[in-house]
Amino acid sequence: MAFLQAVAKKGETSTKRRSLLPYLLLLPGMVWLIFFFLLPILTLVSTSTKTPGLGIGEFDQTYRFANFWDALVNSHTQFLRSFVYAGIATFAALLIAYPLAYAIAFKSGRWKNVLLVLVVAPFFTSFILRTIAWKQILGGQGIGFKALVWLHIVGADSHVTASTFAVIAGLTYNFLPFMTLPLYSSLERIDPRTMEASGDLYANALTTFRKVTLPLSMPGVVAGTLLTFIPAAGDYVNAEILGNPNTKMIGNVINSRYLQIVDYPTAAALSFTLMVAILIVVTLYIRKAGTEDLV
Amino acid sequence: MGDASTSAKGDLKLSNLTKSFGDFIAVDNLDLVIPEGSFFALLGPSGCGKTTTLRMIAGLEEPTAGSIHVGATDITYERPYKRPVNTVFQNYALFPHLSIFENVAFGLRRRGIKDVKEQVDKVLDLVELPHLAERKPNQLSGGQQQRIAVARAIVNRPALLLLDEPLGALDLKLRRQMQIELKWIQTEIGLTFVHVTHDQEEAMTMADTIAVMNEGRIEQMGSPADLYDNPKTTFVANFLGQSNLIKGSIESNGADSLVVNLFGQKIGVPRARSSAKDSSILVGIRPEKLRILPEGEATHGNILPGGVISDVSYIGVSTQYQVEMPWGQELMVFEQNDDGIAPLDKGDRVTLSWEPIFTFGLDGREDATAGSEVHVDEEE
Repeated sequence: MAFLQAVAKKGETSTKRRSLLPYLLLLPGMVWLIFFFLLPILTLVSTSTKTPGLGIGEFDQTYRFANFWDALVNSHTQFLRSFVYAGIATFAALLIAYPLAYAIAFKSGRWKNVLLVLVVAPFFTSFILRTIAWKQILGGQGIGFKALVWLHIVGADSHVTASTFAVIAGLTYNFLPFMTLPLYSSLERIDPRTMEASGDLYANALTTFRKVTLPLSMPGVVAGTLLTFIPAAGDYVNAEILGNPNTKMIGNVINSRYLQIVDYPTAAALSFTLMVAILIVVTLYIRKAGTEDLV
Repeated sequence: MGDASTSAKGDLKLSNLTKSFGDFIAVDNLDLVIPEGSFFALLGPSGCGKTTTLRMIAGLEEPTAGSIHVGATDITYERPYKRPVNTVFQNYALFPHLSIFENVAFGLRRRGIKDVKEQVDKVLDLVELPHLAERKPNQLSGGQQQRIAVARAIVNRPALLLLDEPLGALDLKLRRQMQIELKWIQTEIGLTFVHVTHDQEEAMTMADTIAVMNEGRIEQMGSPADLYDNPKTTFVANFLGQSNLIKGSIESNGADSLVVNLFGQKIGVPRARSSAKDSSILVGIRPEKLRILPEGEATHGNILPGGVISDVSYIGVSTQYQVEMPWGQELMVFEQNDDGIAPLDKGDRVTLSWEPIFTFGLDGREDATAGSEVHVDEEE
């Protein structure tokens, strides 16, 4: 009897230990999140309602919520522009990445891994360097510009850099891998036999794509568009390097408020608003895409 | 749509059908007629070309040469979605994002059929799963998915239903049950079924006609009983069931029967059942046709004395013996446990005998082991 109790007790402690394990595993991540996400967010929120103090860079907490209103009144153009640019860039990236991911997943044979490495290869150099390179490429002597002229998309005497086109092109280019990889991974998971079955059941190639391939790749489409749209909406590097004063995005405003004007409260208010706005857009989008069993 | 998908009917005819992948010839100059309404099995080991043949009929592979006709309609280069052919895929390939109802309705909707609901309900009744219509495929068991895969194909009433190892993913018991159901469905709706399998028992249970394929060619074609009783090659003799093949030489050639010398013993082989080309012959006897008796007991028919039992396995309905013959070869004997006599023991000296009419003769120059090393359960 005592033996049985001992066994039962041993079982108890081991289930107890097992029930603690998930929390132990969560601990490092939680600590990280508290220090590098939660605390900065709280600092950000508290900074956003401060007003200038006596010296430069000194601010007092006065709970001035009108900071948000002022910031929006002054920067709503850039705000809207950010979302429009990010939206167009996301759509363009989807149009480019889908055929690319499709080809890698289904048509590349033994080149698959090489092609995947090539998709990621741009990450081996710095984001800023690559964006500066685009300035050269789209500049008057660059091959990108010459190609556009040759294709009669732009006139030989026009400017491509320092334009809306250049900023959106830069955004599209820079976030393309974030679109391609999730698309690839969800396309690659599709059993090619389901596509054969579709053809076998009287669907031509286009119908097979519409009714089978695309719906089955929706998790990748949603993940890819989110991974592209979110960083693109907050980006300032592309607008800084490839744009002009009339293509400034909200990231540029935050950047200059923070570093040049040293207006921390406004920068914080804009950052927080941007975060909330993205959250709302993304929530609406996921609702609409209706993929509850996503990612 | 006035294309072949609805109009073509009749026998399936493959003429000189060839498919090569680089240097590898998967299907080698195949000629085959599959009569309308039959249950036809393409049986063979992995890599014998049976699946490639099926995929060419479905339009999923393009033949290197040759042609495919359904009735008078040439469908050799027709697009898959324009063929009067539907396929039950190996792992069913149901559409995971669609409900069972929409899976089954898929083909009907693509062809713009009007009474979709009625037809889908009818075929779901046929496979006895009408209550699952609103489920998703991953909520179904393997056997249920298999039936839905069949329903999704037959709802279109194709001239030809192709089944690619349709039962391979099911466990043994379910497989037996589905064999009977598939056969019943085929009889019920009267479509032509072309069934690809590596499982000889599956082929023999269901098919009217079996074509045994090996290395891209058809070794032999016939009814299950005909193939079993009269194999024409060592591959067929070994792949379909088991065979004892003993090397011998023909000593005299009678009107009805050959006299063959098997390591000194003279035995008779019906002339009509021998495909030996010259005096060199492989004499074949199925293990259940052999009688096994303790040495010295009187027997009749063809007799091979001097055997020693090297292994005994008792498996309920029968006992399987391995008997080592004086020339070193091991023969297999299956004996029904219906006589109330205790099985013989290992080491016992025995005489084997059988009725001459059960003997078949094969070309003595063939490889006696062809087809025997192929493991029946391997997946393709």
